[in-house]
Amino acid sequence: MKKILEAKNISKVFKIPEEIQILKDISFSMNEGEFVSIMGKSGCGKSTLLYILSTMDTDYTGELYLDNLLISGQTSDYLSHVRNKHIGFVFQFHYLLAEFTVLENVMLPAKKLGIKSYQEIEHDAMEKLRLLGIEDQALKISSRISGGQKQRVAIARALINHPTIIMGDEPTGNLDSKNTNIVFDIFRELATEQNLSLLVVTHDDDFAKRTDRIIMMEDGRIV
Amino acid sequence: MTRKKQSIIAALGVTFGIGTYIIMMGFMNGLNGLLDGLILNRTPHIHLYNEIEPSIKQPIDLYRPYKNKTRFVHSIKPKKIQAKIHNALPLIDYLSKQKYVIGVSTQVKAQSFYLGGSTQLNGMLSGVDVEKEKELYSLDQYIVEGSILDLKQNDKGILLGAGVAKKLSLKLGDYIQVTSKSGEVQALKIVGLYQSGMAEVDNVQSYISIKMAQRLLGESNDYITDINIKLKDMTKAPELAKKMEAKFELKAIDIQTANAQFETGSSIRTLISYAVSITLLIVAGFGIYNILNMLIYEKMNDIAILKATGFSGRDVRYIFISQAIIIGIVGGILGLLMGYGVSVLIDNAKFETAALPTIKTFPVIYELKYYIIGIVFAMVSTFFAGYFPSKKAEKIDPVDIIRGQ
Repeated sequence: MKKILEAKNISKVFKIPEEIQILKDISFSMNEGEFVSIMGKSGCGKSTLLYILSTMDTDYTGELYLDNLLISGQTSDYLSHVRNKHIGFVFQFHYLLAEFTVLENVMLPAKKLGIKSYQEIEHDAMEKLRLLGIEDQALKISSRISGGQKQRVAIARALINHPTIIMGDEPTGNLDSKNTNIVFDIFRELATEQNLSLLVVTHDDDFAKRTDRIIMMEDGRIV
Repeated sequence: MTRKKQSIIAALGVTFGIGTYIIMMGFMNGLNGLLDGLILNRTPHIHLYNEIEPSIKQPIDLYRPYKNKTRFVHSIKPKKIQAKIHNALPLIDYLSKQKYVIGVSTQVKAQSFYLGGSTQLNGMLSGVDVEKEKELYSLDQYIVEGSILDLKQNDKGILLGAGVAKKLSLKLGDYIQVTSKSGEVQALKIVGLYQSGMAEVDNVQSYISIKMAQRLLGESNDYITDINIKLKDMTKAPELAKKMEAKFELKAIDIQTANAQFETGSSIRTLISYAVSITLLIVAGFGIYNILNMLIYEKMNDIAILKATGFSGRDVRYIFISQAIIIGIVGGILGLLMGYGVSVLIDNAKFETAALPTIKTFPVIYELKYYIIGIVFAMVSTFFAGYFPSKKAEKIDPVDIIRGQ
């Protein structure tokens, strides 16, 4: 199995409001096509870890490899490119650009990547929306659709550049059980059918139990 | 990227800032120009005439044996000289041909009295070439009744000072008798009323034709007492006046000397207008900066989204600066239009004052310079207003924003 993500001795200290070591010497790895969830109590550092793994937080010590490439210590421009091309991110809140249409939101990261033409991107985006069953919402302004739909749009956006890994920070945290199931099924399908790796932070026991592997965290360590 | 309503508000902030600047500059400089014109338009840049003054060299100064001695002369009296400018006609010809001269006009000044029954009023009659006076010193702007052209057609006409007319209860079309020092009496038809706005002038000054003035004084038609010169560049007046004085052996008064106190007032007004313009720009600049700044901080959420989906700091900065500049250009152009529109409104607003008989509305100038400064300033200030926060947004880690939610 190919290692898709590897963390070596990652530590992080919060200096404000007081000095707390939020992550203590964390090492783990995950393989291609694996569906992993991270669980733990509030404040155990799981979200912080996820942000570091997603390259959005650069203020830490230790080494991070994505697809066997060292990510730690790279320039922010390089990291932006990595996020754009290799990582899809789904937040607890959907984080869509409110005044853009659903389609435009999904297309945005691909436009940034700039490999495909506008028509190809549009076609891809519609494909993703169809995959998630919301192609009929494509031309609506993204603030005008329901919460479950927004989260699916966010997933479509995460998928648009065919990333190597999808990360989620409580992607179902704001959803009812019906929508949670829909989102879980989508993730499951992506992992098995498209061999995508998924790393999801969650509070939801039921959700976590159905993933391939659960990483439990407590006080900044993996237990 | 920016919500429409907020962008409109930000652009309006720019619009009002720049609009106000344009209006204030146009209006203030219009008023300044009016005040300047009050004096400058009717004053020649160089005034040539014969001054009655004592000779600089007294006979004893020329007597050689006393050359190295200290000499005292008591009770020096001025030399008797003619008011007439010697060789005036060739002189005028010569001056009109100079490159630095816009125009030369001649006057015959005649001390005289206005006769009204048994009363005599002191008066100053200026014999003028009406067309030249109109062209160079806008004499027509001070004619409240009648027409300046009638004086041209009628040698026996007079543009009577409004104060004189009031004192003698005369009106347009009436006849007035004037007498000169030499005793010549003439009946002149009032073809116009002259009002400069300065009572002491209007109570004395009247205009007649040059021929009539010469006739009143009993002089021939080469009798000229004053030559007025309008220059292309007013600031050169003192220097040229000095040269002319030496060359023509005449007294030459430049406008700066003639109106020293006015010069001071004028430069103070210029200073005030600079101060106001700088203040306005600073206030407008801070307004623009604040509005855009707030707009960008409200957009931190979107910045986080963009960064999380792979936009680099440079992209974010580029987006925000370009947005800011678009707001600056749109707001700035609207500001120019608003400034122009309100200027036109003010320009058409009624404004009447006794001092300025021909001014009916507020004076406003439309100078391209202020419009250019306005739009450039709008763009520069919006650029900086976009630049600094976007610089911050460029550096910030997206998680810092997301975690702050």
